[in-house]
Amino acid sequence: MSHDGRNLRGMVLGVVSFGLIAPILLGLWQTATAAFGILPALGHQTPTLAPWAMLADLPGFATSLRMTLVTGLGSTLLALLLATGFCATVHARLPPGSARLLTPFLAVPHAAMAVGLAFLLAPSGWIARAMAPLAGWMTPPDIATVNDDWGVALTIGLLVKELPFLLLVILSALSQIPVARQMAAGRALGYGRGVVWVKIIMPQVWPLVRLPVWVTLAYALSAVDMAIILGPSNPPTLAVAIMRWFFDPDPQMILPASAGAILQATLVAAGVTLLYIAERVAAPIGRWWLRRGGRGLSTEPGLWLATAASVLLMAAGLIAMLSLVTWSLSWRWTFPDLLPASWSLKPWAAHSGDWTRALNRTLILALTTTCLSLVLAMAWLEGEDRARRGRAAWAEALIYLPLLIPQIGFLYGLNVVFLRLGLGGSLTAVIWAQTLFVFPYVMITLSDPWRALDPRITATAAALGAGPTRRLIAVKLPILLRPILTAAAIGVAVSVAQYLPTLFMGAGRIATLTTEAVALSSGSDRRVTGVYATLQAALPFAAYFVAFAIPAMLHRNRRALSGASHA
Amino acid sequence: MSLDLTAICIRNTAGKALFAPLTLRVPPGEVVTVMGPSGVGKSTLLDGIGGHLSHGFHLTGTVMLNDQDVTHTPAEARRIGVVFQDALLFPHLSVGDNLAFGLPQHLKGRDPRRAAVDAALDQAGLDGLYSRDPATLSGGQRARAALMRSLLAEPLALLLDEPFAKLDAALRDDIRQFTFAHVHQRAIPTLMVTHDPADADAASGEVIQLTTL
Repeated sequence: MSHDGRNLRGMVLGVVSFGLIAPILLGLWQTATAAFGILPALGHQTPTLAPWAMLADLPGFATSLRMTLVTGLGSTLLALLLATGFCATVHARLPPGSARLLTPFLAVPHAAMAVGLAFLLAPSGWIARAMAPLAGWMTPPDIATVNDDWGVALTIGLLVKELPFLLLVILSALSQIPVARQMAAGRALGYGRGVVWVKIIMPQVWPLVRLPVWVTLAYALSAVDMAIILGPSNPPTLAVAIMRWFFDPDPQMILPASAGAILQATLVAAGVTLLYIAERVAAPIGRWWLRRGGRGLSTEPGLWLATAASVLLMAAGLIAMLSLVTWSLSWRWTFPDLLPASWSLKPWAAHSGDWTRALNRTLILALTTTCLSLVLAMAWLEGEDRARRGRAAWAEALIYLPLLIPQIGFLYGLNVVFLRLGLGGSLTAVIWAQTLFVFPYVMITLSDPWRALDPRITATAAALGAGPTRRLIAVKLPILLRPILTAAAIGVAVSVAQYLPTLFMGAGRIATLTTEAVALSSGSDRRVTGVYATLQAALPFAAYFVAFAIPAMLHRNRRALSGASHA
Repeated sequence: MSLDLTAICIRNTAGKALFAPLTLRVPPGEVVTVMGPSGVGKSTLLDGIGGHLSHGFHLTGTVMLNDQDVTHTPAEARRIGVVFQDALLFPHLSVGDNLAFGLPQHLKGRDPRRAAVDAALDQAGLDGLYSRDPATLSGGQRARAALMRSLLAEPLALLLDEPFAKLDAALRDDIRQFTFAHVHQRAIPTLMVTHDPADADAASGEVIQLTTL
């Protein structure tokens, strides 16, 4: 029966290889050749190391590099530590389904969250306003709390987005482990809660969350939109600096920019390797530590600190989202008032033409990329089903590849490729580039629920005479409606959040809510920025609502599917 | 109608045969029982006969249905019904639509098709439950609905995979009688896999012991 679906699988492999993997590799290759001095458009034909020397001599290069390492590695490790501590403390007390509460944090785009946090942390933001009566401030204090030179604001921003993501993946890994019984067994042997967590539970969790942690690290090391809004401005982090060099009016700057892009990709590779080596080194040390049998009862304070910090960060995230709406509806709001003196819809009305255009663009991009990704993901999974076999490791690696290679590393080169194909600056180019990142998330989200469908259900349908197409359309897709729509909502959220692909492939001509929000964030009018960031955050929320409402409505009389019985 | 298995053997991914080659004939209306220790491959045997084997498993030998070789026919074209212990009603369809799913194409028109389902619901003591959510049925109702769904597809043979294992002892006898009565009445050759000797006794057909090699 393994011949079934061979054509389907061949087609999917072709589309993934030529549509998703080839562009990334070609883009990397183009960028790499420029990094070694080959740029025919500018008359450079011979390989040289000059771009690297130019890169090293650029003002602020060393600081940029250091900032990237500090904020990227720091935020990821801190997020991992906090998420672990938080789970160890509260996991036993969480009612089933509480992971759903993380949805808003995952849905809100990085740029919108960054704008909200900037509103919250700025010298004239809510925190300073709340402290003003105590500190006696009548004007905003003269402290750089956003875009600070130490990258504190950026680290907080990355943490607010990374922590909920890691919490979600750790919680879903924990659901596969009999935590309560292992905890009871460990505590009965005299180990404290935190120690059981570190010695027994985490070693089982790590293999299940390893890849998402790598993706988080790759993102944190190369984030651009968040770093523009919250990060140090002069010099900025490496990824932001590289982007500016690429867009420099002097085309010669493409050479050091390309070298920087390759360096950025190398940094991520080195960071992931570092995590891998740490894992390899930790394993024997952990076993030695475990065999010594130390009971170490004193972990409680650390756990509570991690929990408190996690709660504080998530509260900051919520208030940040609230501040977006508040600013977009404010009219007169002087320091140190906690709320606007007068409210108005004028910020919305005054720019309705502009934001409607950006909103339409964003919607078209989100719907197109999500539909393409969903169809491809379903074709892939159905191909696996028809062959009745699982996924090879190399195929899984193909899915994660676009998430592990930093965008700035290949987007310039990809743009060169698209220009040669005559796609430069077109909507098609932006759709294509965004799909590279939407597809992996849709695929990863849909894979587990798709595989969880009892194969005997499909066998039953076949025994009743239903062929492969009818089995897919009349049985599988309706049963999987909820996870399919959830994957679609995540696809929309990822597409809406895309900044660099839109900027590079659209050649600056395609304005989405995200590119506008980032561009406006450095401006003076918070009310207009608030409008764009609110809309940007609202789109994924709307998508999640639809993904919840449609199955609830269609399956309202189907207890097994309405979601009532699911976590 | 009869189901004839000749030298059926199933090999796993490693190429190892799961059990000694099996040859048997299931006459129409009779229930042949296959018993054996857990893990010997009883369910895999049914998968092979029905055409549902997972990748890596290979079947040798021939499956003949009414003197036609169906060994290489796709599952949907074999006309071999299956009933699992969990009933596995499609959760998105009403009870009636579940039954209607397998109705053959030659039964045309909305009313005749609906009448066939209603008649089957009646026979199964499920009258009036056409539009019910299958998740709200009791275990016995579910088992009867699953059997009627298979029978409405007019199968030429039926495979039962521990069909009564999940039912209460009190209910089990009842559903057994119901199942076997329908199989006899329609003269369908039936192969049943079970752990429970009482199932084999009630089936009153040949009993085959499957043993590991």
